[in-house]
Amino acid sequence: MGTTSMRGRFAEVITDLLDSRPDVAVVLADIGVNQFSETGAIAHHPDRVVNVGIREQLMIGVAGGLALAGMRPFVHSYTPFLVQRPFEQIKLDLGHQGVGAVLVSIGGSYDAASEGRTHQAPGDVALIDTLPGWEIHVPGHPDEVELLLRHAASHDRSVYVRLADNTNAEPMPIVPGRFHTLRNGDSATIVAVGPTLDRVVEASRGLDVTVLYAATVRPFDRAAVAAAWSANFVVVEPYLEGTSAHEVAAAMGDRPHRLLSIGVPKAEHRHYGRPADHQAAHGLDAAGLRRRIVAFIGESRACSRHSSVL
Amino acid sequence: MTTYTANPYLGLSALMTRMTGDEKHSASATSTLDPIWVLYHRILRVDPSNPDDPDRDRFLLSKGHGPIAFYAVLAGQGFIPVETLDGFAGYDSPLGHHPDGTLIPGAEIGSGSLGHGLPIAVGQALALGIKGSPARVFCLVGDAELDEGSNHEAIAFAGRHGLDRLTAVVIDNQSATHGWPGGIASRFEVEGWSAITCDGRDHAALERAYLQDHTGRPHVVVAQVGAKY
Repeated sequence: MGTTSMRGRFAEVITDLLDSRPDVAVVLADIGVNQFSETGAIAHHPDRVVNVGIREQLMIGVAGGLALAGMRPFVHSYTPFLVQRPFEQIKLDLGHQGVGAVLVSIGGSYDAASEGRTHQAPGDVALIDTLPGWEIHVPGHPDEVELLLRHAASHDRSVYVRLADNTNAEPMPIVPGRFHTLRNGDSATIVAVGPTLDRVVEASRGLDVTVLYAATVRPFDRAAVAAAWSANFVVVEPYLEGTSAHEVAAAMGDRPHRLLSIGVPKAEHRHYGRPADHQAAHGLDAAGLRRRIVAFIGESRACSRHSSVL
Repeated sequence: MTTYTANPYLGLSALMTRMTGDEKHSASATSTLDPIWVLYHRILRVDPSNPDDPDRDRFLLSKGHGPIAFYAVLAGQGFIPVETLDGFAGYDSPLGHHPDGTLIPGAEIGSGSLGHGLPIAVGQALALGIKGSPARVFCLVGDAELDEGSNHEAIAFAGRHGLDRLTAVVIDNQSATHGWPGGIASRFEVEGWSAITCDGRDHAALERAYLQDHTGRPHVVVAQVGAKY
């Protein structure tokens, strides 16, 4: 499967799963219907692609009912309408009932820059993280989307998959739940989450740092973090700043460290424009990342030993 | 084990007393007693010895507050040991002031926050249809619970979808703060449901209401139990 957008790949993979697995179902609230129409999923499986109309509470409740009766539901919408509007349904209709579903969002933090705050949800991962038992994936490439969705279809737990318009140039050889080490250095350890990887790599060029890649953030790979211990630790997340700070603290235990959390600030950003404008305003472009990382580590230490690396 | 003699319905009051220690039971507890009793005694195809049968009928108590009538019926039917009732709402009891479906054999869902049962019931009805199961889904809500907008998302969708394996039971004790002008049944009928309103204390009337043919449409039974309850 070769679609180059994460969302396109999502529709292709789920359509393939609908074809091969009688227990797979999709629940939509008008958003995403076009994608599943184009793949033929609605025509071939009209009973298992359920569009409830613009009814997000019902969307999650229906997913809970499907799961209670033994189905594996995939639920999809724009991020704020999937996670924030029906949040009590996510808490009660899935987790409290003892069943799981796969929630797949698109739009993330500011993909819809020109649409404004109503269509942005940088707090989504932090919110899901208040609930027990959820796996949270933040893929950075369509190939990773496919791998993570097929993994999610292989069990019955609750999974949140955060898709984005922005992708890395190349997929990483990820294992669900594990961080991938790109390179090793001594001045700092940087965890790059999902679509931030290419910018983190560019920002850290010539710096003597370890770079870990995370396409799964819950569970947080504490073993990888502990193994890559550094007195200077940086987490770059494409959603609310500090979302994984407590995970780093838990992984480090009593070992001394400093932490720089980079992500989308909590303050409401009342601007429209393009995603790139918001990325730059939040210091999440390569130049902004490099500025903050170098200032955190210290100019002299940042470039010490392995300056020829990369 | 407590044993039952001629009329098990008459034993329900004693079962509720085991939970409350009180001979008189609260209105929210007893408003649901007769509709739930008639369902379990005469309508539902459920088996306490096989509570996870995939083809069992589902009963979802969406109105999770005041669940002692529900617990009493489950105990009377043999889903839970009668002795379990004695520790009602204690730390180690599976029976709380709002039911937790994962702790109680025969309870399909956990409920308490209003407006969650009917959307879940819609999902179950869809899944059972996909699987070709003969099972039906019954969901009990309160008239005040209908204030929650999530119910109306489910009512509109189920009606337009012709979800005829779904029956909603509305316990009408006129407790909705702003009321339902035109009647509760009309809110369902306009969305394409079959609807009947009956005396929620009359077992024969409830049975007839549950059994009314509603081929091709979901069905609602509005059980009127009086404003005091």
